[in-house]
Amino acid sequence: MARHSIREAIGALRRAPGLAILSAVSIGLSLFVLGTFGLVAYNVELTLQSVEQRVEVVAYLRDDISAAQLEALQNDIRSFAEVEAVTHVSKFEAMRNAMQQLEEFREVFSDLEVNPLPASIEVQLKPDYRAPESVARVAELIAFYPFVEDVRYGREWVDKIYQLRRLGGAVAVILGLAFAVVAILIIGTTVRMAVMARREEIIIMRLVGATDGFIRRPFLLEGLVTGLAGGLLAFLLTYGAFWLVDGSLIDLQWLPPGWAAGGALAGGLLGLLASGAALRRHLILQE
Amino acid sequence: MIKLIGVYKEYPRSGLALKNVSFHLRKGEFAFLTGPSGAGKSTILRLIHMAERPTEGEVRVSGFSSAHLRRREVPRLRRRVGMVFQSFRLLRDRTAAENLAFALEVTGARQNEIKAKVQRLLAQVGLAAKAGAFPDELSGGEQQRVAMARALIHDPVVLLADEPMGNLDERAARGIFELTRDINSSGTAVLMATHDLDLVRHFPQYRVIELAEGAVVYDSGIGEDASEADGAS
Repeated sequence: MARHSIREAIGALRRAPGLAILSAVSIGLSLFVLGTFGLVAYNVELTLQSVEQRVEVVAYLRDDISAAQLEALQNDIRSFAEVEAVTHVSKFEAMRNAMQQLEEFREVFSDLEVNPLPASIEVQLKPDYRAPESVARVAELIAFYPFVEDVRYGREWVDKIYQLRRLGGAVAVILGLAFAVVAILIIGTTVRMAVMARREEIIIMRLVGATDGFIRRPFLLEGLVTGLAGGLLAFLLTYGAFWLVDGSLIDLQWLPPGWAAGGALAGGLLGLLASGAALRRHLILQE
Repeated sequence: MIKLIGVYKEYPRSGLALKNVSFHLRKGEFAFLTGPSGAGKSTILRLIHMAERPTEGEVRVSGFSSAHLRRREVPRLRRRVGMVFQSFRLLRDRTAAENLAFALEVTGARQNEIKAKVQRLLAQVGLAAKAGAFPDELSGGEQQRVAMARALIHDPVVLLADEPMGNLDERAARGIFELTRDINSSGTAVLMATHDLDLVRHFPQYRVIELAEGAVVYDSGIGEDASEADGAS
């Protein structure tokens, strides 16, 4: 029985290779869109993780803070559940850092009679508390202290990266779905034409008592093979895009193996589902 | 064995095709189903083959009933009911032997059984020498013989023949009719739809069920029915 299905499926692919290729390419393109966005999303995720490690809250202090008050403030902040480490940066250290990091302003800084830079406390957060919400909460709490002039934590761009990731995900899902629908329609047409081409055979199969499952199997196999070919194509295209961009435009990480294999299998599943749905409609009409 | 009980069949567009049709075809019986075109002969054959279900009433075939039959049981019923048509319905891109092998393959027969069975059936219908011929290389009568062999492939209890000689010249038609009688004499019941009244008159020993406008207007087998037990159904 399996032999019959395989032989018939191969025969059908041979009879109409153009249609089979069109189906495979359309599945391939839809998964390529998903794959590309997956690649982007994965790399944004990696970047986010490294950015999150560097997320810190900086509290700028008023100049009139006493040593005892500074000590109390540091101890207080250290006791927060979210906080990993607290570093004090004095006015002098702030000036030295500024002169080191901003070479072009070195002369301007040297000419100053009074040091305009405030002292600050840099607060590092524990790994579990580096998401935007907890960073914002810690910043708010610190801002309540009377000797704290201002609190900064690069909130805008942490938020932006998160937004970018969400947007990327949404675009990938919408475009991927649109392409998947196109792929399903094309496979549906392919199966319908295959059913039409084998109309006489199907009628005779029914006549002599072949089961519905037996009649369906070669068509489903054809859909599965076409879908898997599409999945493989998507894998190659995505890898090609990765190879082109990586190193020349930006440094990228390739997808985890599970994602890539899942993509190729999704192609097979898409092919199977599309031909199953098309058969459901067209085989009944052949009765 | 085959029983139609108060069967009505109505189509949405063309209206009532069968009206209160009842008859009982016994095991091994030979019956003609006659009547003009459109009288409902083919509809009855399609109902027995369960390609369609009655709108009202019941069709019973060898233990299966149209009232309870599930879709997935239909293939099992069809292996007990052979069917041939006026148009032969052979696959043109396969030889006579391959047409028969196809019917076995798609019903899950084992490869080692197929060859022997195909040869035996081709011999039975007198075409052993033409196993490798394609349908277009065979005469009409020979093509119908291949179709008959295919209908017998699962040793059915009944052979349904829908105008089997309709496309044949007189000599070929006679050959096919003789073959049908041979099949019947080996125990397979035959229900043959035909509008050839000369043929029907020529064989008065066979039962005649005559249809007109979807209703049975004459049944030479009536009366015998009551005295016999309902065998397999």
